[in-house]
Amino acid sequence: MEEDIEKIQEETKRWNKDCLGKHTFRKCETDWGLEIKPLYTVDDTKDINYLEDIGFPGEYPFTRAPHPSMYLGKLWTMRQYSGYGTADETNKRYKYLLQQGQTGLSVAFDLPTQIGYDSDHSLSQGEVGKVGVAVDSLADMETIFNGLPLDKLSTSMTINAPAAILLAMYLAVAEKQGIGTEKLNGTIQNDILKEYTVRGTYIFPVGPSLRLITDIFEYCSKHVPKWNTINIAGYHMREAGATAVQEIAFTFADAIEYVNAGIKAGLRVDDFAPRISWIFNTHNNFFEEIAKYRAARRLWAKIMKKRFGASDPRSWMFRFHTQTAGSALTAQQPLNNVVRVAFQTLAAVLGGAQSLASCSFDEALALPTEESVRLSLRTQQIIAHEIGVTDTVDPMGGSFYIESLTKKMEEKITDYIKRIDELGGAAAAIEKGYIQQEIQESAYRYQKEVESGKKVVVGMNSYQVEEPLPKGLLKVDTEVGAIQIKKLKELKTARDNQKVQSALLALRKTAEGYANLMPPIIEAVKAYATLGEICDVLREVFGEYEGTSVI
Amino acid sequence: MELVDEVRKGSVRALAKLITLVENEMPGGVEAMEEIYPLTGNAYIIGITGPPGAGKSTLTDRITKELRRKNCTVGIIAIDPTSPFTGGALLGDRVRMQGVSSDEDVFIRSMATRGSLGGLSRATSDTVKILDAYGKDYVIIETVGVGQDEVDIVRTADISILVVMPGGGDDIQAIKAGIMEIGDIFVVNKADRDGADRLVTEIKMMLGLSSVEREWTSPIIKTVATEDQGIGTLVEKINEHREFLVKSGMLACRRKERIRSEIIKMIEYEIYRYLDSLIAENKDFFEQRLEDIVNKKEDPYLLAKKTVETIAKRISKNANV
Amino acid sequence: MNQDKRIRVLVAKPGLDGHDRGAKVIARALRDSGMEVIYTGIRQTPEQIVDAALQEDVDTILLSILSGAHGFLFPRIMELLKEKGLGDILVLGGGIIPEDDVPELKELGISEIFGPGMSSQTLINYIRENLSQG
Repeated sequence: MEEDIEKIQEETKRWNKDCLGKHTFRKCETDWGLEIKPLYTVDDTKDINYLEDIGFPGEYPFTRAPHPSMYLGKLWTMRQYSGYGTADETNKRYKYLLQQGQTGLSVAFDLPTQIGYDSDHSLSQGEVGKVGVAVDSLADMETIFNGLPLDKLSTSMTINAPAAILLAMYLAVAEKQGIGTEKLNGTIQNDILKEYTVRGTYIFPVGPSLRLITDIFEYCSKHVPKWNTINIAGYHMREAGATAVQEIAFTFADAIEYVNAGIKAGLRVDDFAPRISWIFNTHNNFFEEIAKYRAARRLWAKIMKKRFGASDPRSWMFRFHTQTAGSALTAQQPLNNVVRVAFQTLAAVLGGAQSLASCSFDEALALPTEESVRLSLRTQQIIAHEIGVTDTVDPMGGSFYIESLTKKMEEKITDYIKRIDELGGAAAAIEKGYIQQEIQESAYRYQKEVESGKKVVVGMNSYQVEEPLPKGLLKVDTEVGAIQIKKLKELKTARDNQKVQSALLALRKTAEGYANLMPPIIEAVKAYATLGEICDVLREVFGEYEGTSVI
Repeated sequence: MELVDEVRKGSVRALAKLITLVENEMPGGVEAMEEIYPLTGNAYIIGITGPPGAGKSTLTDRITKELRRKNCTVGIIAIDPTSPFTGGALLGDRVRMQGVSSDEDVFIRSMATRGSLGGLSRATSDTVKILDAYGKDYVIIETVGVGQDEVDIVRTADISILVVMPGGGDDIQAIKAGIMEIGDIFVVNKADRDGADRLVTEIKMMLGLSSVEREWTSPIIKTVATEDQGIGTLVEKINEHREFLVKSGMLACRRKERIRSEIIKMIEYEIYRYLDSLIAENKDFFEQRLEDIVNKKEDPYLLAKKTVETIAKRISKNANV
Repeated sequence: MNQDKRIRVLVAKPGLDGHDRGAKVIARALRDSGMEVIYTGIRQTPEQIVDAALQEDVDTILLSILSGAHGFLFPRIMELLKEKGLGDILVLGGGIIPEDDVPELKELGISEIFGPGMSSQTLINYIRENLSQG
């Protein structure tokens, strides 16, 4: 084999000499500065040790796959991100999606809910039900899941600052359905650090926020063992402009901060690490995306085993949800997005996703309609069943280009993590504005490349056409706000207000001390205290995070 | 002038417009300032500077809140650098002043350094006067950096506060030269971080080394602006320093010195304007002289002298008109 | 020595949505074109935005919103601007705003709505042209 490599190296040199000068080769580079060679050969993978670096599916370091059988055993969960308007409308949309063959739910909440304001708060005006469903109290949550058996579903909730409260509501709904919490499957996002950097739905300062997160870790490890207690997100950083390398690097840096917080709170790493899940963004560059996920699997396994000394193989496993890139969609010639989404979905599958959401083609214009959501779900189903890419595990493994790119990305990501370690970890790096600044530089560079035409965006900066205004977009009923406010008023007269007050008082006492916050939050939720009332108590005790907008 | 009258009547819109007028050196600006000047002298002026990332904007926000609790009105001038390449600027200090940005009795103005000869310090001191004339009890000038320009600006204040933070590495070394002397109060912000006490010791040592004899011993105050810690003490010290200046007569002295240097700068600026237009009008002539001087056919001293004479003639001609 | 009046722009994000990539990219592009850009940060109330515009004496305001709350927030901002005598400021909107809503917003006095995919040069030119007319 060694002789072979020498011979191939010689021949590669010869080929390079013969061809590179003679023919025209376009110069290619990744967004993070790696020059892509015109040709990859075994010479580029000679430093990769198959057994150590690549290995086998379901075995350390999991480069090929987290599970031995992958899609031969179980397809990914098809889970479209949705939710809008009132709890009623959302319930209807969920029933429709499940009927269409979707296998999991993903709840989108409106901004007031995400920031812990009730629908009748002055800052909620105009926002109620807009980007997701409005949840003011347990009553709304009961409606959302009405007729949906929680023990047979897996539900993902994109909720961060008030994650503990929405989780508590979900647990309460389960109890009302007569289902034990140990049977519940699902995920809460619960990833506050990226809210500070890119997404903006923060409430409390860093310290109390980390406490809420580790309280959830602890509570769920005892009572909701199958629940993914954190869904660390690279998605939004990518949307904000991060490169593929930055996406993984900054997300892992956040993850390291959470693991450290868990350990500091007295938890054993193997008690909560297996419940860590992820959400990433699958963008346009096809091979880069595949390599990104393979690199991430390998690196996370190493971080957990070597850095944190985790001994449970489940702690080493990187299992992820991904959504195709909303920011890659164009408002111009929206049907082109169907094609973009299909390729991104394919890349996610070849990258080995456990759960997948595909954007709908009209999302650069509005929330998706029923038809457009169905089309993106069908895209996943066609990839799953018709084109043969699920017939073997990690079909891209062994490609010279893919393996080389996987290695290069892993190295680059490691460099970034080292830099953040030097800055004192993710929280410190965020406070210094380092992560925000890096992301913005990338975003600005990208924008300049699009505007100069260096990056071609079909239909937007090239191949443009005159088009009529798009028709048939989804419009959220502007009455949602009024409906919610009316429901709130009714709730506040119907409930046992004395019970609410004493539950809130108990919550305050716990917040002022050190005990786990989950039990008093669950009690408050069951008494129909509103999301805003619960958050207000915590705001008073914890204070509020002040945005530091770095440009 | 109508705009000045509006300012006197308390119009925020006019206040903002007048600042634009003087900042842009638009016609009528000098005349407006002539009317403004007699109305000044009531506001107390606080200068805040320090290296980037020390938390000056947040500190300014908190000091303002504290002053508002005592029912004092506040004007803030937040200065950020202009890009030397494009002439544009990103002014982001308001982001960290959300706590007071909607308070009717607080006026925040973001300013870019723009970078013309002395332009910033003139625009700043004019803006201070306008806010003073408008009736603000306190005017805070917040400027990033520890260079000569910033020192000059902060020096025009009644009190200069220097903000540093632990973990800034060589910050203290970098600001040692010259600037330590201007600090009437030192603030070690983000004092909940490792190294705060060490930083306090370093500053103490450096102040001890200073050869300048001072009647006022500059206090070093630890704050965590984001947590509202140490702000009360800081504002107390600001007021203590004010009492000291008043009792010792130094406030009057300082203000007199300030006006003295402003007058000199105004004169310089006026003369410079003549020079600027003279050179602009006689570009070829000056280029030729330059050639001759380089080739030793003429000497620069003579040219300078003659140019000054020409300017003097122009000035006297204008004065007669 | 008299400088041209520098264009001062307020880039503001009203409402609760935290997606500020577009706003920040635009802020940088405007800076690089020589303008002075005051950035407010996210989660701004209409009152905060109008106060900033008033104090900073800006020539133009750029409002970026992606959450769909423009239907409430834009009219409120325009109303407050008029109340404070700032009706002459050039107000532009951007983000995700359905075409159907544009005529109504323009009627309120918002000069133009820039959708996704708009180049920053288009915006810069628009601002320059419209300010020099006014």
